[in-house]
Parts: sequence; structure tokens; C-alpha cells
Amino acid sequence: MANGSQTGQIGLRGWVYAGRFGLERYAYTLHRITGLGLLLYFLMHIFVTSSRALGQAAWESVMGFLSHPIFRIGEFLVYVAFAYHALNGVRLILGELGLGLGNPVRPEYPYPIAHRRQRPLFLALMIISGILILAGGWDFFVTKH
Amino acid sequence: MREATLWTLHLAAGVVILVFLSIHMGIMHLEDVLTALGTGYRDALGWASVVMRNKQLYFTITYVILLAAALYHGLYGLRNILLELGPGPTAVRVIQGILILLGASLFVLGTIAAIAAYVR
Repeated sequence: MANGSQTGQIGLRGWVYAGRFGLERYAYTLHRITGLGLLLYFLMHIFVTSSRALGQAAWESVMGFLSHPIFRIGEFLVYVAFAYHALNGVRLILGELGLGLGNPVRPEYPYPIAHRRQRPLFLALMIISGILILAGGWDFFVTKH
Repeated sequence: MREATLWTLHLAAGVVILVFLSIHMGIMHLEDVLTALGTGYRDALGWASVVMRNKQLYFTITYVILLAAALYHGLYGLRNILLELGPGPTAVRVIQGILILLGASLFVLGTIAAIAAYVR
């Protein structure tokens, strides 16, 4: 198997170093980090929510344990990860389907870059994500403090 | 199964998650915001509220659909990340075997819990 220097792959370093790829590369890195965080939480969440099948005492025991402020903060971080991952995922799926990237054009200098055409969509989705995070923060920390 | 099919399923699962997890997050974490807007209901994690949802076929079915979609989307995404690191053919088979076993086990656990809570 060819090593990284031969294939141009830079491994984990590519997660944190955007180089000339810019903002969307950092969005990609954050998408991966939030995805891994959500997956880890989700696998534990299946066990936690399965306790409802054991009755009220089991459910309230688990909920009592998870009412500690540390878990509340962790839960909010999961909510933040969801708000980002979901809306950035919408952009990725639209891009995968070729939507919002503009029509193909002849490669004449200065070359148009497809993801720059999609950047207004990215920024709009991130604003929506920010609004959802603020609304969630109000629910988590103001009304249920 | 062809890689393109697996990838398409990954995207489709993402759309399913977007719909059902948005509803789930709204019920669980925006209850006070929704109540302030004149909709939603309070104390989503209270036992009475949990039982009310458990007994509705809509919630049981969508829970199982969301479970399947999220397990596939998450574990396929993890598999892609791990395979990008360039493991050998044997390691690839081991990684895929572990992820399939993990996903199937958790799907069975979650589905049994949902059905048990529905018929309880």
C-alpha cells in the first residue's frame, strides 16, 4: 500500500489544516468532530432510553442520575452539535445533488470556484444554526436553570 | 452492496434523521420555547409524558425508523473515517464486522425496548 506522502494524503493533519481550501474545510472538520460526538452520545442514549421499558422506578432513577449539571451541560453540547451537523449536512446534500453550485462553465481564468457560489447558503444555514443554539440555550439554562 | 448504494443510503438516512430528530429535539429541548409560542407541552421527560408517547403507535414507529437511520448514518460515517486512515484488507474486514455487529445489536435492543414500552 502506498504511504501518505506518495498518495498526497496527510491523514489526521488534514482535519485541522485547511490550507488553501478555506472556510468549507473547517466546516468539514467540525462536521466530523460533531458527527463523532453525536454518534458516541447516541450509542449511550439507546441504553438510557431503553430503561423506560423497565417501568417508572427505573426511568426516574436514570433521569435522577442524569440531572446533574455536568450532564445538563453535556446534553446542551449535544444539542449544539446537532444544530450544526444537521444544517451543515443540508448544505452537503444540496452540494452532492449539484444544487446551489451554479452551472458548469468553461475553465477560463479567473476560475470560478463552486463552493464560493454556495457560500451565501452556508452562511445562511449557520445563522439559522446559531438561532437554534440560542433558543436551545434559553430553554436549557434560562427557563430550566 | 456497491459503495455508491451505501453512500446514497447514508444521504437518505441523513434526510430521515433531519426530519425525525428535529421533531425529537423540538419536543425534548425546545419545550419552553414552543410553549412560549403557544404550542408544545411541558415536562417532556416526566414519566407521564414518556408513557403518553410510548403508547402512541406514531412515536413507536418513528422511534424505530429513527433508530435504524441514525445507527446506519452514524456507523457508516465512522466506517468511512476509519477507512480513510488506510487500514489493510484484514483490518477493513474486522472494522466492518465490528460495526455491523454493534449496529445490529443496538437496533435489536432499541426496538425491543420500544415495543416493550408500547405493550406494557
